[in-house]
Amino acid sequence: MTDQDKILAEVTQSEYKYGFFSDIETDIIDIGLNEDVVRTIWEKKKEPDFMLEFRLDAFRKWQKMKMPDWAYLKVPPIDFQSISYYAAPKKKPQYESLDEVDPELLETFNKLGIPLEEQKHLAGVAVDAVIDSVSVKTTFKEVLAEQGIIFCSFSDALQEHPDLVRKYLGQSVPVADNFFAALNSAVFSDGSFCYIPEGVKCPMELSTYFRINSANTGQFERTLIVADNDSYVSYLEGCTAPMRDENQLHAAVVEIIALDRAEVKYSTVQNWYPGDKNGKGGIYNFVTKRGVCRGVSSKISWTQVETGSAITWKYPSCILLGDNSVGEFNSVAVTNNHQQADTGSKMIHIGKNTKSTIISKGISAGKSDNSYRGLVKVLPGATNSRNFSQCDSLLLNDTCGAHTFPYIEVGNKSSIVEHEATTSKIGEDQIFYCNQRGIDTEKAIGMIVNGYAKEVLNKLPMEFAVEAQKLLQISLEGSVG
Amino acid sequence: MLTIKDLYVSVEGTEILKGINLEVKPGEIHAIMGPNGSGKSTLANVIAGKEEYEVTHGSITYMGEDLLEQSPEDRAKAGLFLSFQYPVEIPGVPMVNFLKTAVNEHRKHRGEKELTAGEFLKFMREKMEMVDLHAQLTNRSVNEGFSGGEKKKNEIFQMALLEPKLAILDETDSGLDIDALKTVAHGVNALRTPENATIVVTHYQRLLDYIIPDYVHVLYQGKIVKSAGKELALQLEEKGYDWIKQENGN
Repeated sequence: MTDQDKILAEVTQSEYKYGFFSDIETDIIDIGLNEDVVRTIWEKKKEPDFMLEFRLDAFRKWQKMKMPDWAYLKVPPIDFQSISYYAAPKKKPQYESLDEVDPELLETFNKLGIPLEEQKHLAGVAVDAVIDSVSVKTTFKEVLAEQGIIFCSFSDALQEHPDLVRKYLGQSVPVADNFFAALNSAVFSDGSFCYIPEGVKCPMELSTYFRINSANTGQFERTLIVADNDSYVSYLEGCTAPMRDENQLHAAVVEIIALDRAEVKYSTVQNWYPGDKNGKGGIYNFVTKRGVCRGVSSKISWTQVETGSAITWKYPSCILLGDNSVGEFNSVAVTNNHQQADTGSKMIHIGKNTKSTIISKGISAGKSDNSYRGLVKVLPGATNSRNFSQCDSLLLNDTCGAHTFPYIEVGNKSSIVEHEATTSKIGEDQIFYCNQRGIDTEKAIGMIVNGYAKEVLNKLPMEFAVEAQKLLQISLEGSVG
Repeated sequence: MLTIKDLYVSVEGTEILKGINLEVKPGEIHAIMGPNGSGKSTLANVIAGKEEYEVTHGSITYMGEDLLEQSPEDRAKAGLFLSFQYPVEIPGVPMVNFLKTAVNEHRKHRGEKELTAGEFLKFMREKMEMVDLHAQLTNRSVNEGFSGGEKKKNEIFQMALLEPKLAILDETDSGLDIDALKTVAHGVNALRTPENATIVVTHYQRLLDYIIPDYVHVLYQGKIVKSAGKELALQLEEKGYDWIKQENGN
C-alpha cells in the first residue's frame, strides 16, 4: 500500500462522528400502511377535516404508483408494509424553560454541538428542534410573532392557521407529484410551517434541526414556507442522525411559495448517517423540494451541502411562474464509501425574463457513485429567459464514479441556456505541493476540496458555512487513492 | 547537512539516476547543472520525497537522519524546501490561508505557538517586501492566474516565510526576465545564513551570476561527471554541454 492508500484507509474507516443513539420514550403505532393507518395518524394529530381528504387522496394515488427507477441508483427493495408510520414522544411536552426538557435530549444536542441554550443566544437563530416527528421545543416564536411571522411546527399550524395551510399546501408539490411525495402527503407526521407577511423582512435566520431517532421509523417531514409580497426570509435546515444498523427511509417534502417580489433563501446541510464503510445501514433519503416563484420578480434559492445518507434522491427545483422571477440552485454533494447520490435541480421557466442558475459540485470518494441530474425547461411563453448551469465533478480516486445527466428544453428563440461541465481528479501534484510545504495529506485534501466547493459554501449563511466546511473535512479528508 | 551516497533512482522502470554522490554542508551553495533530461529535476524531487520516484539503491542522510524514511511533509517541517519548477495551482484556496497553514504546521513542529490571522498577516507583509511580490497576489487562489514570473517569486516568498535549512531551487530561473531573475536572486541571497544551504538546479549559467555557488556539479546521464568551483559554470557557458558529452564519450 502506498502512503496515500494507507491514509485513505484510515480516514475512510473512521466511524461516523455523530453516530449515537439517545433513548427517548416514544409512542409508535404498528407497522404497515393502509387507509386505517392514514386515518389513525389524522386522528392522533387531531387535524382539521380537509387534511383527511388530502391524506386519503394522496394514499389512494400512491397505491397506484410505482417507485421511480430512472435514477442512477441501486436501491434495495423497500417493504413499505414493514415500516411504522408514526412515532411521537409519548407526551407532547410543553416547556417553559430548558430545565424541564428531557436531559437526554439536551445531551443529544450537546453531542451534535447545537446546544439549544447557546442557539437561543446566538446571533438571531430561532430553533424549531424536531426529534422524530413532533416538535419538542420552539424558540423565538414570540419575537417573530411581533412581526406577524408565523414559524411553528406543522401540527401547530394546522391547529392555529388551518386556512393558511389549506390555501398553500400541495401548491408546489401536488399530492401525486411523485411516489415519495404522495407517500409523504399521506402519512407525514410533522414538520415546519413558516409564513412571512407582506412587506416583512424576517430579522433572523430561521432554522430547524431534523433528527431521526426511532428504530424502524420512517420519517416523513413536511415543510411549507410562504413568503407574501415584498417579504424576505432565510431558512436553514440542518440534520444529522444517530448511527443505525437498519436502513431508514426518509421521504420529506419541502414546499416554498414566493409571491410578488418576495425572496426565500433555503439552505441545507445534510448529514444523515451514510452507512458504515461496507455500505451497511444508512439513511435512504428520497426528498421532494420545490419552490414556486408565483409572484413577479420573486426569487427562490436553494443551497445544499449533502454529505450523508446511503442513498440520496433529491432535486430541489424552482418553477419560475412570475415574470422576471429568479431561481438558484447551489449544491455540494459528497459521496464516500458505498454512498449513492442522484441529485440536481429542475428549473422550469414559465414567466417572461426569468433567470436561473445551477451550480453543482460533486465530490466522489471511496466506491461511491455521484450523479448530477438536471432539467432546464424554457416554455415558449418564457421569452428572454436565461439559464446558466455549471456542473463540476471531482474524483478522489479510481474506484468512485461521477455522472452528469443534463436535460435541456428551450421553447423559444429569445432565451439563452448555457451548460458547462467538468470532471477532474484531485491532483497528486496539488497534494505533493501542500506536503512539501509541511501540510499533511489529510489537511491538504480538506483544503483542496473546500477550495473546489467554495463557490457554493460562500452562499451559505456564516454559521452554516463553518459547519459545512467541517463536515467536508470529516467526510473526505485523506480519501485519495 | 545532506549526504547522498551512491543513489540510484527509477521512474516507472526507467533508471534516471545512476550513482549520485553529493555532500552539502551548512552555509554552502551548490549548483547542479546539466543538459535537459540528465536527471536534475529527478534529483530535486527525490530529495523532496515525491512518490513516483523509486530509490533502488543508495541513501540520503539529512541532518543525521535517514531522509528516505520520512514523509514529504516531515521533510518539509525538518527544514527542507523545494522551489518547484512548475508551481501547482490550487483553485479556490486563498494563498494567504495556504501560507498560514504551512507556516503554522512548521511552528507546531518546532513547538512554537501557532500564529493568529493578525500575527500572520504582519509576518507575511515583512517577507513580501523581500521578493517584491504584489500584495493582491496573496488574496488570489494558490498560484492561480499568476504569471510565470509571479509564480517563481511566489516560491521564493514561501521560502522566506518557511525559513528552510536546505532549499532546493528547481529551474527557478526558467521563464524569468532579467528583472525578475535579479529579484529572485536577491531574495535567495538575503535569506542566506551560515547555517543554511542551497542547491540551485539550473540549465543555464545566468542565474549563477547573481547567486554565486561554492560548488558546481555537472549532471549527465544520471551521474555527476564533473565537480568544481564556480568557474566551471563559466566554462560550461563558453563551451556548451557538448564539451561534457564529448568528454564522456558521446
